Amino acid sequence: MSMPIKRRGALAAIAALMTGACSEIADSNAGRSLAKSAENWHRRAHRALANRQALAREYSKADVSTYFRGNGTVRIDRPEYKAALDAGFPDWRVEVRGLFDNPLSLSLNDIRTMPQRTQITRHDCVEGWSAIGEWTGPQLSHVLDAAKVQEGANFIVFRCADTLRGGDYYESIDMVDAYHPQTIIAHLLNGEAIPEKNGAPLRMRVERQLGYKHPKYLTAIEAVASLDDIGGGKGGYWEDRANYQWYAGV
Amino acid sequence: MSGLNISNAHPYLYWGHDGYDGVGAWLEVMRFADWATIPGSYDLAEARDWHFVMAWPFALALLMMWVAMIANRHFWRDLKTQRAEWKPGAIWVDIVDHAKFKFAPHPASGKYNFLQKLSYGLVLGVLLPLMIATGLAISPGFEPSAPWLVDLFGGRQSARSIHFITAFALLGFFVIHIALVLVTGPIKQITDMISGGKA
Repeated sequence: MSMPIKRRGALAAIAALMTGACSEIADSNAGRSLAKSAENWHRRAHRALANRQALAREYSKADVSTYFRGNGTVRIDRPEYKAALDAGFPDWRVEVRGLFDNPLSLSLNDIRTMPQRTQITRHDCVEGWSAIGEWTGPQLSHVLDAAKVQEGANFIVFRCADTLRGGDYYESIDMVDAYHPQTIIAHLLNGEAIPEKNGAPLRMRVERQLGYKHPKYLTAIEAVASLDDIGGGKGGYWEDRANYQWYAGV
Repeated sequence: MSGLNISNAHPYLYWGHDGYDGVGAWLEVMRFADWATIPGSYDLAEARDWHFVMAWPFALALLMMWVAMIANRHFWRDLKTQRAEWKPGAIWVDIVDHAKFKFAPHPASGKYNFLQKLSYGLVLGVLLPLMIATGLAISPGFEPSAPWLVDLFGGRQSARSIHFITAFALLGFFVIHIALVLVTGPIKQITDMISGGKA
């Protein structure tokens, strides 16, 4: 169907006006608070429909993707990191601090000698792609119990060694996901030490949420009462920087 | 339109459970121009916000429509097809009439003709519910409550492919629908929608 250029241009202009208007609405306070409400409805609906401990799908070895893509930061160009990577991270520490009665400083060996969980799960990126891999590591709940997390802790914040476009990566989850059996501190991918592009030496798995909620290059686990004073106050790097949803179950 | 913005984030469709980097994609989706997307430039976070806000009235309104249509006889009396309409002869007459833009229904059909009823059934009964079901199947937070739904579609990436296919089918329906309305007296039909045909 061919239309004179004028009509086509007019249609495009109307569409552009509409989408421009929509952008104004989206950026308005009312628009933003409606989006936040929708995020809360989704979180509550998901938690209501399934048991809090309901598991994400686990696959068999045959399902593992031939290649596990790295996204976001795939390389840390600092010489200390490179040296540590080559040496197998002998001095890497994960600080467990904040609202804990028994703060800890965990080495890789500490992580490796805790009770382990191995799970073959599907990683869903917010962009739309998925990859399946086998992850091994201790459950976060084990660490939280060992460090004696306090009643007043409402969120667990993860700190990372990577800086993406000038900002330190960090993420956070609530206590429901923190205690979920599939929330592990992974140190192995497909049976081998996690490669640099996938977060060497340690990355979190938060299996019922999208990939940006699985922070890489883990350096600290903090228990906090509120996310307001952390980073930009929205609970994570992508949330602060680009308004991505904090609850990423959708 | 928010979906087109989201599509631009990863314009490849796959079948099965995984899929990345376009490897093994069955379709590389075209990049949608700014004027067609909400928001009007690439912004995955904002597009997702729109998408998921709108999903609620979309799904709830569809549910309410079905409940109302079945409860108040609109479905039974006007939309449900009759056996006589399925005769090949009757179907052919309806197709020919449609091609001639003659929309007066066959006596056995009632208020709506056969192709209209099929369209209603397809759009309201299959395509729109599929948008919701496949959308749920794409969500990692929803899957634990109904893993069978993801299996039904053959995996998360299959659900995503079907989500896209259904959306484009709906777009096709929309274009034809608007075109037919425009050639058959749009002003009267719109005022009829408001006045119930009594203006």
